[in-house]
Amino acid sequence: MGPVPNEKRGSLAEQLPPLTDNAAAVESDRCLYCYDAPCTHACPTHIDIPSFIKRIASGNLRGSAQVIYASNLLGATCARVCPVQELCEGACVLGADHKPIAIGRLQRHAMDYARAHHVLPARRGDRTDHRVAVIGAGPAGLSCAGELARYGHTVTIFEKRSMPGGLSTYGIIGLREPMEIALEEARMIAELGVEIQSDRELGKDISMPDLQRDFEAVVLAVGLGRTPQLGIDGEDAIVDGIDFIEASKTGPEQLKIGQNVLVIGAGNTAIDCATIARRLGSGRVTMVYRRTEHEMTCYEHEYRFARDERIEFRFLTQPSRVLLDSERPVGLECLRVELGGPDGSGRPAPTLVTGSEIVLEADQIIKAVGQQKPALVEFLGLRAVSGFIDVDSEFETSIAGVYAIGDCIRSRGAASTVMAVQDGKLAAAAIGRKLMAQPSTTEAR
Amino acid sequence: MADLRINFAGIKSPNPFWLASAPPTNSGAQIHRAFETGWGGAVWKTIGAPVLNVSNRYGAWHFGRQRMLAINNVELISDRPPEINLREIAEVKRAWPDRAVIVSAMVESKPEAWHEIVKRIEDTGADGIELNFGCPHGMSERGMGAAVGQVPEYCEQISRWVMEMATIPVIMKLTPNITNVVMPARAGVAAGVNALSLINTINSIVGVDLDSLELTPNIAGKGSHGGYAGPAVKPVALNMLASLGTDEVVSRSGLPISGMGGIATWKDAAEFLLLGASSLQVCTAVMHYGFRIIEDLCDGLSNWMDEKGFETISDVVGKSLHRVSDFENFDLSYRAIARIDSDKCIKCNLCYVACNDTAHQCIDLVSPDGSIASPYAYDVRTSGKTAATEARPQPTVREEDCVGCRLCYNVCPVDQCISMVEVPSGREPITWSELSEQQVAVTNNWEAMKTWREKTGIHID
Repeated sequence: MGPVPNEKRGSLAEQLPPLTDNAAAVESDRCLYCYDAPCTHACPTHIDIPSFIKRIASGNLRGSAQVIYASNLLGATCARVCPVQELCEGACVLGADHKPIAIGRLQRHAMDYARAHHVLPARRGDRTDHRVAVIGAGPAGLSCAGELARYGHTVTIFEKRSMPGGLSTYGIIGLREPMEIALEEARMIAELGVEIQSDRELGKDISMPDLQRDFEAVVLAVGLGRTPQLGIDGEDAIVDGIDFIEASKTGPEQLKIGQNVLVIGAGNTAIDCATIARRLGSGRVTMVYRRTEHEMTCYEHEYRFARDERIEFRFLTQPSRVLLDSERPVGLECLRVELGGPDGSGRPAPTLVTGSEIVLEADQIIKAVGQQKPALVEFLGLRAVSGFIDVDSEFETSIAGVYAIGDCIRSRGAASTVMAVQDGKLAAAAIGRKLMAQPSTTEAR
Repeated sequence: MADLRINFAGIKSPNPFWLASAPPTNSGAQIHRAFETGWGGAVWKTIGAPVLNVSNRYGAWHFGRQRMLAINNVELISDRPPEINLREIAEVKRAWPDRAVIVSAMVESKPEAWHEIVKRIEDTGADGIELNFGCPHGMSERGMGAAVGQVPEYCEQISRWVMEMATIPVIMKLTPNITNVVMPARAGVAAGVNALSLINTINSIVGVDLDSLELTPNIAGKGSHGGYAGPAVKPVALNMLASLGTDEVVSRSGLPISGMGGIATWKDAAEFLLLGASSLQVCTAVMHYGFRIIEDLCDGLSNWMDEKGFETISDVVGKSLHRVSDFENFDLSYRAIARIDSDKCIKCNLCYVACNDTAHQCIDLVSPDGSIASPYAYDVRTSGKTAATEARPQPTVREEDCVGCRLCYNVCPVDQCISMVEVPSGREPITWSELSEQQVAVTNNWEAMKTWREKTGIHID
């Protein structure tokens, strides 16, 4: 049996339809308009949620979008990708004995309006002659660049890929965020006056000394790397989960989908990979994880979602070897795991049980076990914390004038789009304060 | 099962719910259908002088998602010729002998016109006549409706003409568009009418269209004040109803009152009964949801009466009237304070912001560690549902400072979360009227007032 043929594939189009105007009105009217609302506290960017929802209710969609933009330039992406159950909606006061307000979908409603009616984020200051370079056009970079532009500074983003948006464009499953949304959002940031140069990689097409010469500040928003090595035999036959998701967005017709797929890992990315395989027609998808459901790093709602997709789970199982037939995977040899006392991450340490080898059959194996630490740490000689770039409270790295934000500094806690957006916003404010305290390199007007 | 039958000034009906004189009672076919659904009676849409109607005659006031909290209309009296109406009235009455069929009338202010209409109505076999002295639009420009109802002398004169001829019960319907509704009611008493009804609709402009800048509803570029009715007017109607029940002249006359103005549920109905209405008329709720609402009106009222031990409607009528009073008779020493049930509280802080911004600043936000928190005082570097909910402070009433204004109670979205609790004030009961008699200086001199407060232990900063 070969891979799943194209005509048998399902769709990865955005799963939730937009709210109708009426549904948005009904839902927004349900909001109590809490004072000092817990949803706002729970949001990492602290969007004034009751305020934007009441503006939807009153029919002031333009004002609603501006409330969101005031705290979060990437409201369109966050409305789709945020784990709202863990954040705003999880804190909604109506959740206890009712149903929380559908904050994410209402935010999407306001952001869809902004896109359709070309509502641009309000400016925060007059033009300055300060120049800032941002490396990476992912959520952190776009947020930071957009905020700096709102303050009036001149910003150039250097993006190594051909399209901006970072993980929003390449790494978020299309069910949650279609690529057009991320690209539209990047276009909106460009309209704020940010220049986005694509196919420009730091260390290859541009050098740090050049950046330091041409710009007063450099912001590293480079994210993380590909999936790390498992270090097992036959690993070359394993598909990198990040590449897999990317291909599902850039060229799903060319993406090979196995009939019997194993996904190694149990984080949110692993679940996205498994979902793609299921939705694109794979008959059986099994997630292989060395710990149990209690230790999984994916969100609870993602786990539920996966089970609803009839994705299977194989816990306490550690891959040891890929079985190949003329370089094509036919199975994954695994060892049984027993859990011991807590390890460095606070979770029970897995111990392999010798002689417990089993073989799981598979014609496609995907790994999604995190991302490699930023390579820039070594390349630029930056001070690091457990492999992540170390920054001070103002997001400045060990090199003066060089800042870092987003996943590449997230040494603690789960990396997320919304945290990256918040980093961008806070760093822009900090950089802005510094820039305004010093004369610009060129003569001010 | 409570007995819902009423005998209203001699008009009998199996339940107290009548359709008010309005679009729902425009034709025999409609009233047949209403009676099939269970309505106890109907007041036929006003018959009388010739009229023409316009399009876009109904406006409405919506609030949030709640449609038609009130309707506003410029529809006139029946635009069907009187003979058609009268024929259908006779047919309906023949088909429904146990239901109340009352005919609303409005003709030119001439004795012969009124004599004639009364006679023609009586010929149908109808149970009663309602005098429309309230229509606020169109007809009033022609000297009828509210133009009569706003002048007690006119009410009395026309009612006298009617009473000269009438042999069936006559109900005088009052307009609320008057400074004191008691005056036309007294005029009715003087003229010897058999009953009163209120309220007719209230003058209103329901809105302005923000795209076209035209009035809503728009009648070929123009708009006008229209009659306002529906749930939003209920408090106005209850007050006017109570003002009749507490007026010496009107209450001594013993005239029964048919109450209307925003009745939409059995709870509204019970409140009208408690404040003295002994028949109830409904319009807007029916125009919103159809005749079928009668089922819950009867059923709900009956169940409530059973729970309360009321066997008949007359057991209920006027039961709360003796509590209607004036400020000068309130006990100034009565003290109640708000208490928030922290188990029920969802910490929306609506009570806090209402009290703090607009009332008496006596609710604190108390953190789990017992300290008083300021709003928005959380560390902005924290996020997530756990951080946002676990440390969220609890709104707590500072009881010694609470004046018992009851604003927090009103804004709280959770049932039975905030309660107003009576607490001893430690002061002897005293009313303003007693205070004025006993210590007049206290009531007209701030220095005397301050001294008296200190002496009695009232502290207001």
